[in-house]
Amino acid sequence: MREILNLISLFIIPFIVSVILIHGIIKKVPCYNVFVEGAKEGLFVAIKILPYLVAIMISIAMFRASGSIELIQNLFKAPLEYFKIPVETIPLMITRSLSGSATLGILSDIVNQTGVESYASKLSAIIVGSSETTLYVLAVYFGAVGIKNIRYALIVGLSADLFGIIFAVFIASYFFG
Amino acid sequence: MNFIFVFLILISFIVAIYRGRLDETVNAMFESSILAVKVSISLIGVMALWLGFIKIAQKSGLIELFSKFVSPVLKIIFNELPKNSPAFSNIALNISANALGLSNAATPFGIKAMKDLKLESNKKDTATNSMCMFLAMNTSGFQLVPATVIAILASCGADNPTEIIIPAFIVTSTTFIFAIILAKIFAKFWKEV
Repeated sequence: MREILNLISLFIIPFIVSVILIHGIIKKVPCYNVFVEGAKEGLFVAIKILPYLVAIMISIAMFRASGSIELIQNLFKAPLEYFKIPVETIPLMITRSLSGSATLGILSDIVNQTGVESYASKLSAIIVGSSETTLYVLAVYFGAVGIKNIRYALIVGLSADLFGIIFAVFIASYFFG
Repeated sequence: MNFIFVFLILISFIVAIYRGRLDETVNAMFESSILAVKVSISLIGVMALWLGFIKIAQKSGLIELFSKFVSPVLKIIFNELPKNSPAFSNIALNISANALGLSNAATPFGIKAMKDLKLESNKKDTATNSMCMFLAMNTSGFQLVPATVIAILASCGADNPTEIIIPAFIVTSTTFIFAIILAKIFAKFWKEV
C-alpha cells in the first residue's frame, strides 16, 4: 500500500504539469510567455517573505541555542516520546494557525537543523502542507464584509487545525516512522 | 506574533545566562539571519517554476473547469442557500484556486463569495451558517499540491521532495471533511445570541 502511494506521489507532478500544458495548448495559450510572466511572481513571493524569515529564524535559533528547547522537552517528555513527536515541531504546531510566514520560517529552521531527510522535517512538511493560517483567513474574509459576530467560525477552524495536527502525526509515523 | 517574538528572544537570553550558553546564543542569532536569506533566495527557483505553470492553468481556464466539478457537491453542503445563488460559483472558484496553491488568486473570489453570502442574510454584522461553513472549508486549508513546502524541501536538497504529497493530501482531505462535518454540527446546535 505504502509503495503504491509513494509511486502516485512520484507521478502526481508530471501528471499535473502535463494536464496544464496540454489544456494550455488546446486553449491556444502562449505557454512559454505566460510561464515567464507567472515565474516573475515567484521572485516577489520569495523576496517578500525574507524579512519574516529573518525575524522568526533568529528567535527560534536563539531559543534552541540557549537550551530553552530542552526545557520544553523535559516538561513534555512522556507524551512526546509516546507519540514519537520530535520536540522541534512543537513551536511549529503552536504558530501554524497564527502566522503563515512564521510557520515557513520555523519549517525552514527545522529542515536546516535536523536535516531534510529527518523525521522532524517530514512531519513538519506534512503539517504545513495540509493546513492554513486560520486566524489570517478569518480576519481577511470577515473583515472584508464587516462581520463582527463570527459565532462558531473560530472554534471550528481551530478544532480542525488541532485535528489536522494529530492526524498528521499519525500519518507521518505510518509513512516515515 | 509580537508577543511570541519578544518572548522567545528574551527567554533565550535569560536561559542562556543561566546555563552559560550566551556566546552560542549570540552566534546563533547572527548565523540564522544569514541562513534565512539563503533559504528565501533558494526558494525563488521552485516558486517561480510552480507559479509559472499555474499561470498557464489560470489563463487557459483550467481553474474554471475544475470548479465546475466542485459545484454539485457545494449545492449539497450549502443547503441553506437558494440553488441559484451567485455565491456558488465564487465559492467553487475560491476552493479550486486554493486547492492548486494559488492563495493570492483565491482571495478575491473568496471575498466576492462572502459578499454574495451577506446579501442572502438579513443580519448586518453577524456571520450566517453558510459563511461559517465557507470559512471552515477555507481555514482547513485543502490543497492538492503544497507548493511552498515542496519548494523548501527541494531548496535544502531533499532526495525526493514530492514524497510528502500523498501523506499531506490524506491529511488535508480528511481535515477538510472533518471541518465540514464540524461546521454542520455547530450550525445545528449553536444558540443564537
